[in-house]
Amino acid sequence: MSKAAAATADNVPAPSTARPKTLARRLGETLVPPIVLGCAILIVWYMISYLVLNSTNRFLLSPPHEVWLRGFADWNNFSEILIALWSSARVAAIGLSIAICISMLLATIMSQSKLIEIAIFPYMVALQAIPLLAIVPLISFWFGFGQTSRVVVCVLISLFPMLVNTLFGLHSASRGAHDLFTLHRASRLTRLRKLMLPAALPAIFAGLRISAGLSVIGAIVGDFFFGRGDVGIGQRLREYANELEGEQLLAAVIMSSGLGIAVFLFFTWLSKASIGHWYETRSARDD
Amino acid sequence: MAPAHPALIFDHIGMTYANGTQAISDVSFQVSPGEFVSVVGPSGCGKSTLLRIASGLIRHSFGSVTVEEDKIGYVFQDATLLDWRTVEQNVQLPAELHGIARPEREKLAQDAINLVGLSGFEKHYPKSLSGGMKMRTSLARTLTLKPSLFLFDEPFGAVDEITREHLNEETQRLFNQERFAGLFITHSIGEAVFMSTRVLVMSARPGRIVASFDIPFEYPRNPDLRFDPAFAELCAEVSAALRSAY
Repeated sequence: MSKAAAATADNVPAPSTARPKTLARRLGETLVPPIVLGCAILIVWYMISYLVLNSTNRFLLSPPHEVWLRGFADWNNFSEILIALWSSARVAAIGLSIAICISMLLATIMSQSKLIEIAIFPYMVALQAIPLLAIVPLISFWFGFGQTSRVVVCVLISLFPMLVNTLFGLHSASRGAHDLFTLHRASRLTRLRKLMLPAALPAIFAGLRISAGLSVIGAIVGDFFFGRGDVGIGQRLREYANELEGEQLLAAVIMSSGLGIAVFLFFTWLSKASIGHWYETRSARDD
Repeated sequence: MAPAHPALIFDHIGMTYANGTQAISDVSFQVSPGEFVSVVGPSGCGKSTLLRIASGLIRHSFGSVTVEEDKIGYVFQDATLLDWRTVEQNVQLPAELHGIARPEREKLAQDAINLVGLSGFEKHYPKSLSGGMKMRTSLARTLTLKPSLFLFDEPFGAVDEITREHLNEETQRLFNQERFAGLFITHSIGEAVFMSTRVLVMSARPGRIVASFDIPFEYPRNPDLRFDPAFAELCAEVSAALRSAY
């Protein structure tokens, strides 16, 4: 048997299932459906504003162009929304960062001992199950009515998905891979660093995407309960609703959604940039 | 004829799992350097258990196991490549775990990659490799530390027939070149006879060695050996022993 013959026979890289697409086609496939749906939503919005609502109660759903003119084109109003949004984004980022640190630490400890995992996990589930409203008085009692309490809400709301995903990821390395490390007498730290943590990355990024979105929600919800200090977007939303400023209210809602979408897209990009070169979802595999 | 110092000795070993399942019973045989021993047997007869005992991954319940060699190479059923490492990084892993300096482990890995015919694919990630190439990478990874005892846990079961034949030929070429001691677990009689110096047949659970066949063909073995009447006759004998072992 010649080595060359054997080498060429099965040295055929796994075929890619994706067909090469032109940039225009890819852009078309990505942009056209949401643009079409956006246009449909605008049409329905206009129909409700002008056909369902009369001029007296049109403030309940002002037409899109008025939302644009008062909420976005008027710099005074728009800058007010942007400043509040920045404050909430900062709170969400701090809360998410703390949640990431706590969950990574807890998940790593839990992954090293079944006993510790069994001991901690029920409390994490209980923490997740407590309705936020029920602990608002406790949070204000301990942390006051300022930004710290808003951060605490973000941490509480985003901790669990991050923890569960990280723990799942740390357990995801195959038995064969663990056997390989056992055969070469790898230390616990080496196994964690070179096997368990890299294997956990896809699940960690999935958890990050979920927790980041929840953290933004937590920051906005926190604004409603803890109003001292910087004005967040949640406070602005309440203010606009109280003053029946429908256009600014809708603009603030749209900007809040934009923040959530931006955060999701950022972590999707980060995931792709970090692990996209080696990781692919199971459904896309061809073997 | 077996050389004087066996690399691996199973002496009346038995294995009973914690749930009471008796996997193997009273198994004795040895594998010497320059010997390639294959074990065939029904599913669940404890073939893989033998390898896990030999490698120290699990402890046996009875008897004694002696492994004379320091460096054991274990080729798993699946390639068990780390998805986040390129071919060369995967191949370097054992050397890395043993604390070998980067320049030396890079050289060891490159030698192993060349040996299995994967030159040019060093920077590829596992997701872009075919099943056969993944197994070659796994084989190269095992070769990196130049082990003197190789344990193969049915490594080619998941690849197609043609790729499997190529991998068999590659493995027996490596064996002929390196003359390590090899213990190979397989379901395929043809594969066992083609590569081995000796084929052992195990009974259904609890697994025991019920037959042993010395394979007389010279190395290196030509792929055409598979069409040799003597080869077919030996396969038939092993097959008959295997049928009676159920």
